[in-house]
Amino acid sequence: MARVTAGIATSHVPAIGAAIDLGKTQEEYWAPVFAGYEWAKEWIKGEMPDVVILVYNDHASAMMLDIVPTFALGFAEEFEPADEGWGARPVPTVYGHTELAAHLAEQLVIDEFDLTIMNHMDVDHGLTVPLSLLFGQPEQWPVRVIPLAINVTQFPTPSADRCWQLGAAIRDAVAAFPEDLKVQVWGTGGMSHQLQGPRAGLINPEFDVSFLDKLTDQTDELRKITRLDFLREAGSEGIELIMWLVMRAALGEKVEELHRFYHVPASNTAVGHIVLKPRD
Amino acid sequence: MRQRLYPLEDLEDIPGTTVFTAARSRQAYHLHKFCMSLMDKDNRNAFKADERAYLDRFRMSDEQKQAVLDRDFNRLIELGGNIYFLVKLSNTDGWSAQRAVGSMTDMTPDEYAAMMRAGGRPPAGLRSIRDKN
Repeated sequence: MARVTAGIATSHVPAIGAAIDLGKTQEEYWAPVFAGYEWAKEWIKGEMPDVVILVYNDHASAMMLDIVPTFALGFAEEFEPADEGWGARPVPTVYGHTELAAHLAEQLVIDEFDLTIMNHMDVDHGLTVPLSLLFGQPEQWPVRVIPLAINVTQFPTPSADRCWQLGAAIRDAVAAFPEDLKVQVWGTGGMSHQLQGPRAGLINPEFDVSFLDKLTDQTDELRKITRLDFLREAGSEGIELIMWLVMRAALGEKVEELHRFYHVPASNTAVGHIVLKPRD
Repeated sequence: MRQRLYPLEDLEDIPGTTVFTAARSRQAYHLHKFCMSLMDKDNRNAFKADERAYLDRFRMSDEQKQAVLDRDFNRLIELGGNIYFLVKLSNTDGWSAQRAVGSMTDMTPDEYAAMMRAGGRPPAGLRSIRDKN
């Protein structure tokens, strides 16, 4: 049977991708950011999953215009890196896992999550930067990836608790998949940041660290955070943290925190990263 | 009436912040069509060659077109724009996201970069217009 073996959360700041692509990771500004990922890069070599269900948001690259899906599941054999206005990132094509994706597409709708199925989409920095942070610059990504894009752009965004419930349903669906697969669920985006208006540049370390602290065993409190709370405390783009809750719920009730990292800033954003493992 | 966790009017109570609602999304649909067209290299070149003529291909308002020409991101957001679309424009210009975002504040690019390096903008006093906290 398939099983969720671990969860990873990380910010997905586009400038981090640019720093990797342009060979700037050892520069003074960037070195502390990348140092924070060394532990997980080593750890994952011994814990390599077959498939990553990668929860991210599309930044108006493949969606958010003619259609505005709340939950969109990538159902293609492959996903090309998107051109976000200065050429596509020089990273490998992302290969999906259509059998598990088909299973998820059925199980999750049966469980009343009305997904949008994406048979074609390009993937932007929201998906490719986390892969780069964990796997560096390989010729091919070492894992299959099922993209799960969540609307955090156009109000209303799904509630924190709805994202939690989706994660719990993903856990059940993975456990019901007959093939013996190791699956990780990644939640990406965040932490506090605001990319618009006179309030741009907002960072709230107290909120962020509290979120990290509660992610292991005080998750009931995180599930109650409203969009208004995120706006007030974590900036207009801090809402991306709801995607971390999909990851966390997919791990089951008890988890162990293996690693965490927090750093301000990368470009406009507070960088957060955590690695969690389910406990029986 | 169904209960809501908070009054939706409170979304307008955040200082210096605009929530991208469905109505704003519709208002900026053609502006955003323009932004997303810049994901194509040929389109970027056509835009750079003659910005005004390129903008006239889209059913945007004159105010939106002028704000694009002015690279006035606060005005573009006022006219319905959302930053995830608008960065396609700043990327086309070769601007960093930090420069585009910082241009919406009252700071110079260097001042904004220095604020971010020093830990960013603290939320104190910026949570609520009404409560001034």
